[in-house]
Amino acid sequence: MGSVFLDGNEAVARAAILAGCDFFAGYPITPATSIFHHMLDFLPPLGRVCMQGEDEIASIGFCLGAAAGGAKVMTATSGPGISLFSEQISFAIGAEIPIVIVDVQRLGPSTGSATKGADGDIQFLRWGNSGGLPVIVLVPVDVKDAFVLTLRAFHFAQKYRCPVFIASNKEVGMVRESVDLEVFSGLDEDKGCSCESESLKVVNPASLRTKELVRLTSSTHGVDNYITTDPQVIGDAILRMEQKLLSASGELCCMEVDANPGDSTLLVTYGVTARAAAEALISLRKQGYGVSLLVIKTLFPVAEGELKSEMKGKEKIVVVEMNRGQYVREIERLAGDIPVHFYGQMNGELITPASIVREVLQ
Amino acid sequence: MNTVLNSNRPLFFCPGCSHERVVHGVDRAIQSLGLQGHQVAIVSDIGCSGLFDTFFNTHALHGLHGRALTYATGLKMVHPEITVLVIMGDGGLGIGGAHVLASCRRNLDITLLVLNNFNYGMTGGQCSTTTPASDQTASNFLNKLEVPIDICRVAAAAGALFTEKVMATDGALAETISRSIEFPGFALLDIWGICPGRHLKKNPITAGQLEKKMRTSGGGHSVSIGQDRDLPAEEMEVSVREEYGEHYRRLAAVTKEPQPLIEIESKFSPLTHERTEVVILGSAGQFINTIGEILSIGAMSSGRWVSQKNDYPITVLRGHSISEVVVDIKPITYTGINKPAVIICVGQEGVDRRRKMFAEADADTVIIAFPDLTLPVTGARVIMCDGGNLKLKKGQRGIAALAVLVQTGLILDCDMLNNAIKTRYSGMMADVSLEVVATILTPSLPPEIS
Ligand code: SF4
Repeated sequence: MGSVFLDGNEAVARAAILAGCDFFAGYPITPATSIFHHMLDFLPPLGRVCMQGEDEIASIGFCLGAAAGGAKVMTATSGPGISLFSEQISFAIGAEIPIVIVDVQRLGPSTGSATKGADGDIQFLRWGNSGGLPVIVLVPVDVKDAFVLTLRAFHFAQKYRCPVFIASNKEVGMVRESVDLEVFSGLDEDKGCSCESESLKVVNPASLRTKELVRLTSSTHGVDNYITTDPQVIGDAILRMEQKLLSASGELCCMEVDANPGDSTLLVTYGVTARAAAEALISLRKQGYGVSLLVIKTLFPVAEGELKSEMKGKEKIVVVEMNRGQYVREIERLAGDIPVHFYGQMNGELITPASIVREVLQ
Repeated sequence: MNTVLNSNRPLFFCPGCSHERVVHGVDRAIQSLGLQGHQVAIVSDIGCSGLFDTFFNTHALHGLHGRALTYATGLKMVHPEITVLVIMGDGGLGIGGAHVLASCRRNLDITLLVLNNFNYGMTGGQCSTTTPASDQTASNFLNKLEVPIDICRVAAAAGALFTEKVMATDGALAETISRSIEFPGFALLDIWGICPGRHLKKNPITAGQLEKKMRTSGGGHSVSIGQDRDLPAEEMEVSVREEYGEHYRRLAAVTKEPQPLIEIESKFSPLTHERTEVVILGSAGQFINTIGEILSIGAMSSGRWVSQKNDYPITVLRGHSISEVVVDIKPITYTGINKPAVIICVGQEGVDRRRKMFAEADADTVIIAFPDLTLPVTGARVIMCDGGNLKLKKGQRGIAALAVLVQTGLILDCDMLNNAIKTRYSGMMADVSLEVVATILTPSLPPEIS
């Protein structure tokens, strides 16, 4: 089979269609706009719905309404749009509405640089909701990942009934590359979804086609989905919503490790920076340094056990990110006595392999 | 028909609150239309009216302040068969104003009941967008600084085809709600009421007095457009506007299938055996992005992995346009440029943008350029493209440069380039481009170009 040439944004859209996305709503914003355009190409001929909201609050609101009706939904934006999504994200968490949210990150703060890449929204995606309950954040390294992780995101959203973020980056979303056509031709294990686990069971049948009534509310509620002030009921519901994700961090975990026994240094990164890190790794090893590379693709919930076991026995950890130090906080709290060195760059340019080599050798 | 009220959830409003009347009005309207609970979705906003969904045995969505219409829109688009009722107060109307206007323009079959009691009751009687300047509110003097809006007039101006004012105490309330639900498009009812809990004490008014005020406000009964009247032709056209959902489905049904992904087969012997970086520097309008894509497809057809990263300003019709292509024998790692093997210069803006790259380049780098460009001082090898005696248009320079690249033997051969052109272009564009390539690569042929 031959190969195809496409960018990360198109890969996200194609994966969404394959995952059975019924509904997309977006608002134009660089560098996420082309996802909207692709969905507008794909959905209407299939008899499905693609809408342009009057603002980002509306576009995610449309999605949540459609999801309340049982549709599989996705929206896409960049940092400024995530800010406007924030309260709706809290609603999706609290009312347990499945939604895939793509953040094609650009250089902030605020309007920043529309056509420059960054990974500046990482902790914002995790904590940008009122109440602070966990969400799922997946981060693609390349176009193939954008496809595979989007499929997975739909699966996770339906299974755990929560917002799932694809933390893409202009440098993945708008960079074209060759990918084996095979990747796009079939579904992998992510096909379909189920919600068997009793502890995860939510009350909403998520379909309005039956006579069973659907209730969703942003107010604190118990299993009947009616507003309540009962501390016991509220506490139980919050705990369940937190634990459904934290207890599944192993299943949700996706990472790639390139390690040799006896390596003394662990290089940790994610997203597009992992590509420069791969090159840096080759050069470091050529120079005789024992360096392992850990590329994290599920940033949240933090796969604490898996991360700790990769850190074990290392003398030094180097974390590299396209921001001023966000995920390094998670690594630091798990690293124990191992010294953690951070290198971040936030100027719209890719972090180069040479600068990673320099930081590791420091 | 039976009531759709939830007997387990007694009403919970202050004594005398108009909301209670509306709850019963909605219940009677649903009954009179012969609808059962599972055929109706109530989307409630925030505030005292936000409790509405809990009083009914219907589908229910209770979300954020001002955003009820957004959920209703998504829900109605995926479930056109469901009757969708949105309940919001004058608070929700203010904070969600953009969604109200958009809903009027959109004309999706949703019914919006605005429970207008001229203040924020739940939070303590602050002024809202409908509070008269003369009222006393918990916002001290602030409501004296702004004029209240008449939502029916605003909505009509925004394209709503059904707008009516009605008193919560009106005996015809249920019948009015039924009509608004039956209207096949977006319908807005401005339901005036009294809030004894927070507003009435400082602003004493009877239902009768309020009704009088409503009538003199120019509102009153039946402002609905599209049913009666002699409208001028252009307004009539607006009034027969198709319902959004039906219109969407009609237009969606005739959309074309999207283009499938183009499969690039590996059928040529590769010329590159290690990571090779190419930078194409040009100006807007020179199809730089497409030239990069043709180069990429060419390399892919020899079994190579490729990445392409473009850089251009937001003003796509002006300024620089740069494409960075990386070719490798393994999947591309770093997509940036370490040290370019080739710099293709077709436009001055692109060259000026990357001046530093010229200074850093040594004899390992080949520069392909056109004679009219001013190149920075460089240690790289420069090959001038004279266009094979062709009078090249500005937009054909990129293709010509790729033909010169073929002559260097670095990445593409003639077959790969021609194959890539045919893959990317069709018709005239393909013919002209193939001809440019042929002319440059066969200088003995007479220079002709259509
Ligand atoms: S505060 Fe006003 S609107 Fe709220 S329940 Fe009491 S009377 Fe009704």
